[in-house]
Amino acid sequence: MLCFENVGLRYGMGAEVVGDLNFSVDPQSFQFLTGPSGAGKTTILRLMLLSLRPTRGTIQIFGEDASRLDKDVITGFRRRIGVVFQDFRLLDHLTTYENVALPLRVMGRNEASYRAEVVELLDWVGLGDRKNALPAVLSGGEKQRAAIARALIARPELLLADEPTGNVDPAMAKRLLRLFVELHKSGTAIVIATHDLALMDQFGYARRLVVGDGRLTVYDAETA
Amino acid sequence: MNDGSGGELPIPADSQLKRDMPLVPADSIAGRALVVVIAIMTFLACLTAVGALLIAEASQGWRADVSREVTIQIKPHPGEDVQALVSKATEVAARSSDVADVHALSKSESEHLLEPWLGQGLDLSQLPIPRLIVVHMQTRQQSDLESLRAALTEAVPQASLDDHALWLSRLDTMADVIVIFAAALFVLMIIAMATAIGFATRGAMAGNREIIEVLHFVGAEDRYIARQFQTHFMRLGLRGAAIGGSAAAILFLAASLFSALSYSSAGGREIAALFGAFSLTAGAYVAIFVICAAIAALTGLLSRQIVFNHLRELA
Repeated sequence: MLCFENVGLRYGMGAEVVGDLNFSVDPQSFQFLTGPSGAGKTTILRLMLLSLRPTRGTIQIFGEDASRLDKDVITGFRRRIGVVFQDFRLLDHLTTYENVALPLRVMGRNEASYRAEVVELLDWVGLGDRKNALPAVLSGGEKQRAAIARALIARPELLLADEPTGNVDPAMAKRLLRLFVELHKSGTAIVIATHDLALMDQFGYARRLVVGDGRLTVYDAETA
Repeated sequence: MNDGSGGELPIPADSQLKRDMPLVPADSIAGRALVVVIAIMTFLACLTAVGALLIAEASQGWRADVSREVTIQIKPHPGEDVQALVSKATEVAARSSDVADVHALSKSESEHLLEPWLGQGLDLSQLPIPRLIVVHMQTRQQSDLESLRAALTEAVPQASLDDHALWLSRLDTMADVIVIFAAALFVLMIIAMATAIGFATRGAMAGNREIIEVLHFVGAEDRYIARQFQTHFMRLGLRGAAIGGSAAAILFLAASLFSALSYSSAGGREIAALFGAFSLTAGAYVAIFVICAAIAALTGLLSRQIVFNHLRELA
């Protein structure tokens, strides 16, 4: 599904931010991307999302060499990837319902065809009574849940989440993780960037991709 | 969660659900500022364009009026009955089929013409003041003038015919300069307006970069994103252009009304002679409409280009 070979990235003439990245994300796999703050987790997620181009190495995504893809194909691939940004990136002028429905709306689907799905997912993440609320009046946790719901609504094949439980209480974090688990069981590959050890310990079966000093080490579930 | 087909769950009949907000915020401070800038620039562009049209039309009017007018001058000589010569020359001119109207200025009218230079209250009866006959030709054909000149020379040898050629050529030059100046002013105005709208659109777009990025990351095609922004900014452009264009049209209508009311005064007649009656012709309305539509299209196209540039940067 996603394969990094000797991938490195530098900005301008500076030193490499990340380098020698060699790992793959298999279909229906579950992994944590972890490491200290500033180690490069978000950069690696952006490379996975194809919003950054590596300065060396190759990235294979859905069986294609990412460097040879044209824009329309990349757009098509993005529709198969759900992403939860650390800063949520909800559109301030849209309601929670509209923000969550956004990936389906930009696909050109009729609003009536997805209304039930969106409402059900909002109920699931505990935002059933906040459907018409604008992001400005949502708490940090509510924004995070809305961002997660937006990433899940199109049932992506790959979910990239950057600190998805950083702003919610433990009970809600557990509930959201159940959502990720259900999505994983239904066939979605999950990559969660976090430095929350307690969170990772709840998923002994998950791989850990540990970033440190711009390098990445893979610990499979058995050795983790 | 269901399978994503949307067919397993009943569609909630939630009439309270807000779900039709445009992807680009319809009302924002930057958007309102852009509307104001566009309205002002459209107003000024319409004033310049319609002003240029009015001047061009008025100058055509002057030229047509003046070029059809010629003057017969009879200088008084001792022992001659000037009044008889004037009557005879008037009769000869009136007989010509090429002449539309003849008006012989009376002695007092001729003396009245000198008042601006000599002052009022003087006895001018002793001065040999030439007598003038104003002739309006049907057309400005040189052959018509020559036949009139020949008839006058034969009947009244003392009369001379002035076709105002020198003054007319100066007037032509002046009118051409005014029209060219108005056209150049309009072109400069259009360039300034396009630049100002370009900057204002870029400013308004700057606040929307976040929206472009989010739409990009959730899988919206570039064309889809560009269409959203183009439609939004074209609407803003249309709103601003409609306000500016309407204000210009109202101003010209008011000026036309004022001009009609003040036509009876000497000043009003002079203004009407110089600039016409300020009445908007169909051409002026078309010009205002075309300017408004062009400004809206320009705003939409600029925003589209800015979106594509930003998406190129993201890629």
